[in-house]
Amino acid sequence: MAETFTIYLKVWRQDGPDKPGKLVDYTCDQVNEHMSFLEMLDVLNEQIIADGGEPIEFDYDCREGICGSCNLMINGKAHGPKAMTCSCQLHMRNYSDGDTITVEPFRAKAFPVIKDLVVDRSAFDRIIEAGGYISVKTGSAPDANSIPVEKSTSDTAFDYATCIGCGACVAACPNSSASLFTGAKLAHLNRLPQGEPERMRRTVNMVEQMEEEGFGDCSNFAECEAVCPKGISISAIAEMRKNYMKAAFAGEEA
Amino acid sequence: MNLESKVPEGPLKEKWSKHLENIKLVAPNNKRKHNIIVVGTGLAGGSAAASLAELGYNVQSFCIQDSARRAHSIAAQGGINAAKNYPNDGDSIWRLFYDTIKGGDYRSRESNVYRLAEISNEIIDQAVAQGVPFAREYGGLLANRSFGGAQVSRTFYARGQTGQQLLLGAYQAMMRQVHEGKIDLHTRHEMLDLVIIDGKARGIITRDLVTGEIKRWMADAVVLATGGYGNVFYLSTNAKNSNVTAAWRCHKRGATFANPCYVQIHPTCIPVSGDYQSKLTLMSESLRNDGRVWVPKKKGDDRPPSEIPEEDRWYYLEDKYPSFGNLVPRDVASRNAKIVTDDGLGVGPTGKAVYLDFRDAIERDGRQTISEKYGNLFDMYENITGDNPYQTPMRIFPAVHYTMGGLWVDYNLMSNVPGLFVAGEANFSDHGANRLGASALMQGLSDGYFIIPYTVGNYIADAELSETDTNHEAFDEAAKNAQAHIDKLLNVNGDKSVIDFHRELGKIMWDKVGIARNEEGLKEAIQEIRDLREEFWQNVRVPGEAANYNKYLEFAGRVADFLELGELMAEDALHRDESAGCHLREEHQTEEGEALRNDEDYSYVAAWEYRNVNGELKEELHKEDLEFEFVELKQRSYK
Repeated sequence: MAETFTIYLKVWRQDGPDKPGKLVDYTCDQVNEHMSFLEMLDVLNEQIIADGGEPIEFDYDCREGICGSCNLMINGKAHGPKAMTCSCQLHMRNYSDGDTITVEPFRAKAFPVIKDLVVDRSAFDRIIEAGGYISVKTGSAPDANSIPVEKSTSDTAFDYATCIGCGACVAACPNSSASLFTGAKLAHLNRLPQGEPERMRRTVNMVEQMEEEGFGDCSNFAECEAVCPKGISISAIAEMRKNYMKAAFAGEEA
Repeated sequence: MNLESKVPEGPLKEKWSKHLENIKLVAPNNKRKHNIIVVGTGLAGGSAAASLAELGYNVQSFCIQDSARRAHSIAAQGGINAAKNYPNDGDSIWRLFYDTIKGGDYRSRESNVYRLAEISNEIIDQAVAQGVPFAREYGGLLANRSFGGAQVSRTFYARGQTGQQLLLGAYQAMMRQVHEGKIDLHTRHEMLDLVIIDGKARGIITRDLVTGEIKRWMADAVVLATGGYGNVFYLSTNAKNSNVTAAWRCHKRGATFANPCYVQIHPTCIPVSGDYQSKLTLMSESLRNDGRVWVPKKKGDDRPPSEIPEEDRWYYLEDKYPSFGNLVPRDVASRNAKIVTDDGLGVGPTGKAVYLDFRDAIERDGRQTISEKYGNLFDMYENITGDNPYQTPMRIFPAVHYTMGGLWVDYNLMSNVPGLFVAGEANFSDHGANRLGASALMQGLSDGYFIIPYTVGNYIADAELSETDTNHEAFDEAAKNAQAHIDKLLNVNGDKSVIDFHRELGKIMWDKVGIARNEEGLKEAIQEIRDLREEFWQNVRVPGEAANYNKYLEFAGRVADFLELGELMAEDALHRDESAGCHLREEHQTEEGEALRNDEDYSYVAAWEYRNVNGELKEELHKEDLEFEFVELKQRSYK
């Protein structure tokens, strides 16, 4: 069994959306290198409960880096120091005995805090709701091979489709922009022949919803790309802008 | 109790199409007068909600996650089967049906499985039309690969993230209906009870996981699509929040629970490394296409794998099952991993692992090809273990993955409680005693997109539903009941944590109700679970309060249900005195150590009815006999 070591933590505690929050100090002395960051917090929570306290609330589910639930700001970086990694897949082998780590929620005006490290990311759902789909009815689709899709087109669409909606892009952006999230969905759907007919309307609707939710504008800091656990390229944002401009000139209405 | 399967008469190939022709329809202007509750937003729930809303019903959709997109279907990696025969390798609906029936060890309903195979082709069409970026050939057509338990290439895939892409398709279709105002979506809501009025399911009770508020919802039908109960084992490949609570509470309201002991153990997971571990991570079964499974021939051979020469390696699957090799079905692969590690041939620090080696595939096809096929899985493995699978073999071990048991449903996917429909992993219907790879996604979407929308309509067209509202006494009783249960949990005020209880339950389940079971162990398990349950209600500590976001309170409610379900699973495993699929009773093995069925006595679905006798859990067994009209029951052989 691996040796244990000690980690000092400063964790954001906040009782509810309208309550004040603050960083609270904790010591976790049962850490080992194979633990994920979330497992380390589980161990800490067990300790807090045993001492009669209230455990730290944080979101997680699959713990396989795919559901997008987990969302920790670790030492000021969304999902922590490791590139292409969610908080749940960040392992404690990346830290050493005696390290101090600050853990905060993903902060953005459009992501209000629910409790401790849990934030409300339903704004993302409303952006998808505005047009992040292909309008097709169940049960009437043509044979899947009736519309060939060039392999490179499909592969690129897939690269953008891998967005897990975690919100790291927003948390990392100095403007709290959701452009990478929105751009990725547009870059996925707009480039497929199946998604082509709605391309302009989809772009306009999603972009406008994004603004309505209170996300800021993109000003090319590229912090989003740097923290994206799925490595989604900011070229999605360029595509989004190009399509939005085209739609504006074409007079497409939302 | 009479469990009527309602399987239509006639030839297998015509059952579903004839049934569709005979099914009652609801006129478009009447559909908007009906409310339908769909609980769960995974492949089954998401697709059902989207399809019902498209048809014109008003849908209330619920999920425990913060977004419908996060249901655990998202984590399914390998692929989805369909009988398209695009690769022209001899596949057909019949073959897919036959493989699925055989793979389930003849413990599923012929008619349901045939329908599943039939619908599989439509699912692919639907997903492609929605923009799911499946893998493609250079000519622009869809690519296929083979998967465990099959000798044809019928699996469609989107790199190693097929479940994610299919789920996003369903989620997006749902969100389109949310925008249309046809779906009212309630995230971070947990279903705590089913409301039955005049013998029919008419609503649910939920807890708002943010505010703690207990809420009442009324409808004309309830569709439950809340996934499986693998987390009863504590460690599993399920998401941490996956649970049985909604299904179990329906069971306590009268819905029978079928084949609870049928649990699939997945052969290719990252092995356990310590007590703190919160879950197990599955590596896609598709890896077995190119990876070769082996252990050292000699006990205690602790040389690094690269230094173990060919003659000292035992490729035990290829050796024992020459025609399927590393692609044997999941139960066979899992059991053999247990056998070799029990024999002391396991590898790694705990000895509870076997190698999955890509050396030969990389030599044959080149690193580039292997990386294109499995790159993200290799990265994931390296991230978790610190080892690079391009250079050294992966270490894998079986883990609890998927539950084939679930609430009993008829051919229309309706439980024995009228108006309560159950879809996807939450029902028992299509996988028998074992599930073949790439068939879970198929079932979830088949149920949701193509079956539920018709059968729910058929029910509604016929059901005589009384005028009622959420002030009905049945709602009062259920809401009070839910609140009382929460208060009781918070008031125990003991000193052992919820997680400790869960971990202990999991250990009993894994040791005695896991890969292999025997009579003695099962009897012990039943007693141990009862004792643990008693201790739970005297000594659990649930922190925090009810009217707030409180994850450990959620867990406590779920673990309380697991503590009841666990006992039923052991009881079901004990009563089924035969081996079937994943369910190996050690007393019943062939000379070669394979599962030995007893078709004479056990060719039935075991459906359990909940009874509470003076606070004691008593379950009554009902049997639905399985009739095999079209296939001949054979001992499964993958030699």
